[in-house]
Amino acid sequence: MELIFAIFIGLLYACGVFLLLRRSIVKVILGVFVLGNATNLIIFLAGGIKRSGAAFIPEGAETIDPAVISDPLPQALILTAIVIGLGIAAYILALKYRYFEETGTHDLDQLSKTDRK
Amino acid sequence: MIKYLPQLIGFLFIAGLMVPLLYPILKAKLGLFLSLIPLTILIVLFSALAGLTPESLYLLPSSWGLLPEMNFGFRIDGLSLVFGLLISGIGFFIVLYAAWYMSKYERQGHFFTYLMLFMASMIGLVFSDNLLVLFIFWELTSVTSFLLIGFDHHLAKSRQAALQSLLITGLGGLCLLFAVVMIGQVAGTYEISVLIERGIHLGDHPKYRLIFVLLLLAVLTKSAQFPFHFWLPGAMQAPTPVSAYLHSATMVNAGVFLLMRIHPVVGGTMEWKYMLMLTGIITMFLGAFFSMGQRDLKRILAFTTISALGTMVLLIGIDTPQSMKAALVFFIVHGLYKGGLFMVAGIVDKSTGTRDIYLLSKLFKPLPFTSIAAVLALISMAGLPPMLGFIGKELVYDAQIQLPGMSWLLLPLGIGANIMMVAISITIFTEVFNPFGKRDPIKVKYREKDFPWYFLGGPIVLALAGLMLGLMPGMLDTLIANALYAAKNQLLNVNLSLWHGFNDVLLLSLFTVVSGIVVFIFRRSLNVHIGRLIDWFDKYHLPTLFAKGIKIYVDRAYKRTQIIQHGYHRFYLLTFFIVTGLLIVAQVNWDFLSVMPDGGYTPLRINLVLLLVVASLAVIFAVFSRSRLSAILAMGVVGYAVAILYLMYGAIDLAITQFLAETVIMVLFVMVILYLPKFAVLSTRNSRIRDWIISLSIGALVTFVVLHARFINLYEPISVYFIKNSLTMAHGRNIVNVILVDFRALDTLGEITVLTLAAMGVYSLFRFKVKKTKSKKEL
Repeated sequence: MELIFAIFIGLLYACGVFLLLRRSIVKVILGVFVLGNATNLIIFLAGGIKRSGAAFIPEGAETIDPAVISDPLPQALILTAIVIGLGIAAYILALKYRYFEETGTHDLDQLSKTDRK
Repeated sequence: MIKYLPQLIGFLFIAGLMVPLLYPILKAKLGLFLSLIPLTILIVLFSALAGLTPESLYLLPSSWGLLPEMNFGFRIDGLSLVFGLLISGIGFFIVLYAAWYMSKYERQGHFFTYLMLFMASMIGLVFSDNLLVLFIFWELTSVTSFLLIGFDHHLAKSRQAALQSLLITGLGGLCLLFAVVMIGQVAGTYEISVLIERGIHLGDHPKYRLIFVLLLLAVLTKSAQFPFHFWLPGAMQAPTPVSAYLHSATMVNAGVFLLMRIHPVVGGTMEWKYMLMLTGIITMFLGAFFSMGQRDLKRILAFTTISALGTMVLLIGIDTPQSMKAALVFFIVHGLYKGGLFMVAGIVDKSTGTRDIYLLSKLFKPLPFTSIAAVLALISMAGLPPMLGFIGKELVYDAQIQLPGMSWLLLPLGIGANIMMVAISITIFTEVFNPFGKRDPIKVKYREKDFPWYFLGGPIVLALAGLMLGLMPGMLDTLIANALYAAKNQLLNVNLSLWHGFNDVLLLSLFTVVSGIVVFIFRRSLNVHIGRLIDWFDKYHLPTLFAKGIKIYVDRAYKRTQIIQHGYHRFYLLTFFIVTGLLIVAQVNWDFLSVMPDGGYTPLRINLVLLLVVASLAVIFAVFSRSRLSAILAMGVVGYAVAILYLMYGAIDLAITQFLAETVIMVLFVMVILYLPKFAVLSTRNSRIRDWIISLSIGALVTFVVLHARFINLYEPISVYFIKNSLTMAHGRNIVNVILVDFRALDTLGEITVLTLAAMGVYSLFRFKVKKTKSKKEL
């Protein structure tokens, strides 16, 4: 399963990088999202996928055997990453919107100078 | 009293930095208030004169320093006092003068900040007893003078002049740093007093030549010696008070000071003598020569300063007791008359609106006191009795005559320079002030009575000081003797007097004056030739070459930068990915078997494999799709697939968050996409192929690295701790939540901050737009 996972992540990376290298800003943004998901998956995989129990301590118990639940730490990290990713997505989309309004282009090559034309 | 000198210098620094607070309170009185500080320093320095004997030395050691070898100790001897008195004395009058001169300027406060800092650095420079500290003050004078010269920074000329002086003096500063460090390494100490006390002389050291050349470069650049002299006339772009101060007592004289200060350690060798004499005599003659052809009063004075500095360097190069004495006296002479004359030039400029000596005429009537001060200063410049300038010039001649072997070269050039000085002095007088001139008097905007006393006081007091010292030169004897002792490490009897009886020197003086008058009479025809020469020089001359050199350098740098910073986003990323990829290739252990974990892979789960296949198809579709909307929806499929993956592996919180976040992003995207243009094929086939090769290799590398990293577990996972203590310590059963809000709560705070910032960013992006459309409507 790990192998399939790794290949999937590699595919996401390849597509993300390809999108990032486009001139159209919409594609670049799509690429950022893809890479975000792929990176989250890497972290998730690092926690191990052998165990798949939810990270809950059942009622009545003091603690739980770490061997039965999936590792909670990568989950906490990814949760933070997803939320921040959402914030970045909102910002990047607003920026893109304004950028297009300001410059009238979505071609990044037109933006090679910072001076306004 | 003198022991408070370090505090006073510090106070000067603080006063400069406090100007922004003081200015709103004091407004136009700011200059008057600030002038009290140099006045206090002047008085303190005078108090030190009382106990001065030819050998006395007062050290103010300090245990505090930035580095162990860099103590802020101060050294009060004749040499530092000669310079210190002139710096603080002329500084006092300059600040007063500037109080009115700058009153029309908007950024008066800035000016006084720079001026105070400059003055403090200059005083610190001459009194410091540590070579490293001296270097710091030296650099501070370069930086502050840069700010002062470029004060009118809205003028391209000013900026250029300021940059030029900074680059040249900055180069010298670097040389000085190297020289100082080498002296310290060779001699084992940076303390000047220790160097002198131990009688260390580096003349025989194998590194001597290098040290000397570096010091020489520092001095030549700072003191505007040939071939670095050109920054000084450019620097007269500065407001006149600055020019007056830079030329008379500070900045350019720092080089002369350094030569005298360092003389006991490196002076007196053949290299010292020949190099300094050579540059000195060239500078002296060229400066005087170029000043003949100028029309602008300030420019004339700037070139005479170059000449005077050449004289001082020459005298230090001759390196006899007489010549050192002459150099010291000449420094005082020059400071007094040059400070006065520059201030007069400023007064004339304010009064008439021009500084062209051929437009100005008959200023004696509207400006009587200024004219008297100017005439006295001009007499001093020409080297005529009864001013101190006469004594100075006699000493210079004396030193030049007494040099066996070289006087055949030095004397004619020296006399030539002095003849021109006499001619210039007479020219300035007849053209500008002479009440009996032929031309009509120039219209004046302000008469003397329109100016406040403190604007006019400086030149008059300085001229009178020159006169008084000329009549009673004995007052300087002890001070000069002590300064000589510091510079030559040799006790000499100094006895200055105005009248030396009939001798060769007096004859030379007479000859100089007569020739000067002759040159003055024929100045018109002479100036035509000089003007032509200057034009020719300007074509191939150093300022132009320097400017060209800088331009070429900047252009080249721009082109080089363009290669790296071309502005194309995707090529930046391309570079980044290729470099990262290569780094991974270089680092990874290419042992494919190591990728296999000990216990083998976890078994395949068919439902998940199907999910991943669907997601893979979706992402490939998203990349190739021509429709924006379907690309976004495909991307949503990928996001949801990832969420399901999380769910299948027990990460419930993650799955929920991912579902929500993905939905929100898609909605936002769809909202924004309505306003954006359709996808277009912007890239060429070849570039797409190239990009595919790169991205597929990156993908393959990532796969490999992930497989590798997955089975490296160097340490016991810390999540065991969280699992154990989630309920007992943090009282929560959902371990992920407990980590977020308890164990790692600060991280979550950071996350919230990021979200807030993003929200503020989005808000301001949209608010900005609203404003703009409004203004469009108004138009």
